[in-house]
Amino acid sequence: MRVIGRVDEIPPGEGRAFAVDGQMIAVFRLRDGSLRATQAVCPHKGGPLADGQIDLKQVLCPLHLNAWDLTTGCSLSGQPDLTVYDVLIDDDKILLGDA
Amino acid sequence: MRQRLVVIGNGMAGARTVEEILARGGDFDITMFGDEPYGNYNRIMLSNVLAGVEDESGIFLNDLSWYVGHGITLHTGTRIERIDRLARTVHAADGTATPYDKLIIATGSRAFVPPIPGLHRPGRGYHQGVFAFRTLDDTRAMIRYAKEHQRAVVIGGGLLGLEAARGLQSHLPHVTLIHAAGHLMNAQLNEVAGGMLKQSVEARLGIEVVVNGRTTEILGKHAVTGVKLDDGRVIECDVVVVAAGIRANAEMAAASGFAVERGIVVDDRMRVRDEDDVYAVGECAQHRGETYGLVAPLWDQAKVLADHLTGTNPLAEYHGSQVATKLKVAGVDVASMGLKEPERDDDESLTFTEPAKGIYKNVIIRDGRLVGATMVGDVKKVAFLMQAFDRGLALPEERAELMFDLGGPAGEVKVEDMADDEQVCNCNGVSKGAICATVQQGCKTVSGVMDKTRAGKGCGTCKPIVQRIVEWAAGGEVEEDPAASYYVPGIPMPKPELMNAIRVHDLRSVSSVFAKLGGEEDAKSKMGLASLLKMMWGGDYVDERDARFINDRVHANIQRDGTFSVVPQMKGGVTTPAQLRRIAEVAEKHDVPMVKLTGGQRIDLLGIPKEKLPEVWADLDMPSGWAYGKSFRTVKTCVGSDFCRFGVGDSTALGIALEERYQGIEGPGKMKLAVTGCPRNCAEAYVKDLGVVAIDGGKWEIYVGGAAGAHIRKGDLLTTVGSAAEVMVLTGRFLQYYRENANWLERTYAFVPRVGIDRVREIVVDDKDGIAAGLDAAMDASVAAYRDPWKDRDQPATPGQFRTSLPLTVLT
Ligand code: SRM
Ligand SMILES: Cc1cc2nc3c(=O)[nH]c(=O)nc-3n(C[C@H](O)[C@H](O)[C@H](O)COP(=O)(O)OP(=O)(O)OC[C@H]3O[C@@H](n4cnc5c(N)ncnc54)[C@H](O)[C@@H]3O)c2cc1C
Ligand code: SF4
Ligand code: FES
Repeated sequence: MRVIGRVDEIPPGEGRAFAVDGQMIAVFRLRDGSLRATQAVCPHKGGPLADGQIDLKQVLCPLHLNAWDLTTGCSLSGQPDLTVYDVLIDDDKILLGDA
Repeated sequence: MRQRLVVIGNGMAGARTVEEILARGGDFDITMFGDEPYGNYNRIMLSNVLAGVEDESGIFLNDLSWYVGHGITLHTGTRIERIDRLARTVHAADGTATPYDKLIIATGSRAFVPPIPGLHRPGRGYHQGVFAFRTLDDTRAMIRYAKEHQRAVVIGGGLLGLEAARGLQSHLPHVTLIHAAGHLMNAQLNEVAGGMLKQSVEARLGIEVVVNGRTTEILGKHAVTGVKLDDGRVIECDVVVVAAGIRANAEMAAASGFAVERGIVVDDRMRVRDEDDVYAVGECAQHRGETYGLVAPLWDQAKVLADHLTGTNPLAEYHGSQVATKLKVAGVDVASMGLKEPERDDDESLTFTEPAKGIYKNVIIRDGRLVGATMVGDVKKVAFLMQAFDRGLALPEERAELMFDLGGPAGEVKVEDMADDEQVCNCNGVSKGAICATVQQGCKTVSGVMDKTRAGKGCGTCKPIVQRIVEWAAGGEVEEDPAASYYVPGIPMPKPELMNAIRVHDLRSVSSVFAKLGGEEDAKSKMGLASLLKMMWGGDYVDERDARFINDRVHANIQRDGTFSVVPQMKGGVTTPAQLRRIAEVAEKHDVPMVKLTGGQRIDLLGIPKEKLPEVWADLDMPSGWAYGKSFRTVKTCVGSDFCRFGVGDSTALGIALEERYQGIEGPGKMKLAVTGCPRNCAEAYVKDLGVVAIDGGKWEIYVGGAAGAHIRKGDLLTTVGSAAEVMVLTGRFLQYYRENANWLERTYAFVPRVGIDRVREIVVDDKDGIAAGLDAAMDASVAAYRDPWKDRDQPATPGQFRTSLPLTVLT
């Protein structure tokens, strides 16, 4: 696992994109305080998932409002699944693991 | 190999028959030919389309995807010219031949056009300005032409003629109806009833009626200028609509060697006489000497035909239909069935007339059974009468109960007494049994049943009874459509209840609403709640940015590649050279990929990366145009009285003032306005959420609920006022009423008809409920709390508010 940023870079209930090894990862900070990480680019038509709206379960892509389960990456609306990453909070840092 | 079924005619009977065949599991290779360029639509509703009370899009029964979905090959716009009975092929005008094993002819009828000199132009079809009324294309052409003309004459005073005349009134000021017989609707009504109808049509609708008027000539060289009657009278007009009856489209069948009299002759199985594999159905068919001009018979015919063709019921027989007619003209109710006058000496006939109210009622009874009924001006008892007539029910001892509700058992049919196969929806041929079966399969909402069965989705008059049947069948367990009544999916409450709960519990943030009322947070509900809370609490709203949609987080509209568009405010569509220069400089400096004039009369800078938004706003130094929000958008204006030679009001100034005041106000849906300087309507005010039209005499008309997006609707006239100041106030009051009462994403074009324009007027204009001052105050508060979001550019509202979320590549 490695540090990719600080938790306070992400406002509660929102997502932000982080560049990791030339790849974009979307990290979401749920309102219960925990984090989730997924690929940043929507598999439907390339929408920016970090700009989507979330709840404790799902993320909605801002472009066509398809939904994915944030924890498993499974599509909830008939699209390809998302790659999800292990992600942890260490103090105030975001730790990213493998897909 | 599957049998090849070919259907000629893709109208109400043809498509319905195919539906009945599919419903019976019929396994055919189906090919349909239709002369018209569309899928199957509800022809009945053309009257409403002409009158402007129904959208074209709402009348389709089977759209093209239905055919694809059922594996049906549909050839639209393709006319069949000949059937080769021996080779068993049909030949189309485009030269193709299609073989069949089974053939259905459903070619319907066409308008009958009497041979009046001047109706036609040699080699060019109808004279310019002359129309028939049968198809969607006829209707469109008529509307287009009528709008630009002044006086219409309708030839023919039957059902169709009356509906045409009424519809035309929505498009031009003068309509005259010419009827050759001595009284209107003479096929259905006796002389007294016809006279009463004439009175109502003239007095209530303002349509001039000429009876005993035989048209001898259509006048006019290049375009119609009038019609001439046999008594020498000339009626000036520039539009003529011929509604003088119908004729079965049977010539093609006759020429192909089939048995044809007035229609294609069929037996009780709907099989064409002397044919084994060819059927006819609908208005083109003649059964036991009768041809029909209404839809109810063809539903029965379609069922019998499908029973035979699929082998489901080889004994099925069609025995003819008892037809009842209803006039679809608001304000002039007419219904009739069976005899219009007693025929035998011992026929009982009861009549009631109240000329001052335009009411005429008559029932005719033979051997204790109802054999005829006519209702003009009051049709409350018609459902009951239709049943008594159709089924030969025993009649009440107290005969007057046939015409009036006498306090005893009400005239409404008791749902439990209705037979299962009784038809409830006459437009779509849905029986009580079909409705009950749908409820039993678990669909317990009225709207759900309507969607599934299509009951109530034609002319709509049977909706109340559909509702009662669903209630009865569900045994008191009718479910409200949850999705339909909740304000947002995640909180199980309709809007008024939700607003009340929010107030009672003093909930000022979206997360507190979920915590108190919904349990789990729901991403799909956040945006709607954020909008509602902001409207309710104004400055006291606790703004959680995650509740906002991305557009509202960064005050710009997200685009397909993840960049954003920037539309600065340009009040009333008016700009200045300095403003244009600034925009040009910004566009150059930031390499803006596209600069575009919008449909909202302003300029769009497209393709701005998120991280550049604050800088672009700063360089522009113009206020936000709110082209991204569920909010007040634009006020389109025309040049108005300052410059235009026709302008009677300063539309530009009023539009700017409106935009200045109500800019950026958020609501349940977009609010787009327009002010136009005269009824020529160059600013498209009739089709805006709120449109203002200057009229002569320093007055302004205010229209609400108009639309010209995914839905097209002319706004309803709210009121006419004498000053621009009143427009300002009423606009605010209407918008506030909409903000407080419309469902999430419900535009005014749905909201106003739902509430009803009369009710909206009572509240907004007449202040019947005494809430006007409250609405004004709430709007004032919202206006006062307004702040241009683009001013908040120096300090991001949240960390990384404008940070990029993507590598900017578009996947396709
Ligand atoms: C930019 C513009 C097209 C143009 O180049 O002219 C536009 C662009 C969009 N329109 Fe529009 N509409 C634009 C004028 C209109 C108009 C005409 C008008 O405003 O006078 C209409 C018909 C009037 C109306 O609102 O009904 C219109 C009816 C719609 C609708 C259909 C709404 C409906 O319920 O009927 C949508 C879809 C929606 O709202 O869900 C829509 C949605 C959209 C969206 C926002 C789609 C989206 O959600 O991303 C488009 C944004 C494109 C982008 O990338 O920025 N746009 N759109 C126009 C901006 C006007 C402005 O200055 O604000
Ligand atoms: C304005 C209006 C209002 C009406 N109101 C009512 C009402 O309130 N109540 C009521 O019961 N009835 C009403 N009717 C009548 C009702 O619409 C008809 O009874 C019904 O449409 C008949 O269905 P059909 O399939 O037999 O004919 P149609 O619906 O006319 O369908 C026949 C189709 O076959 C096509 N066709 C014809 N010849 C060929 C060919 N050779 N090759 C290919 N295609 C061909 C035609 O173009 C047409 O599309 C109204 C009709 C009109 C015009
Ligand atoms: S019509 Fe409107 S929503 Fe459709 S592509 Fe054009 S701008 Fe986009
Ligand atoms: S691009 Fe994400 S849903 Fe379409």
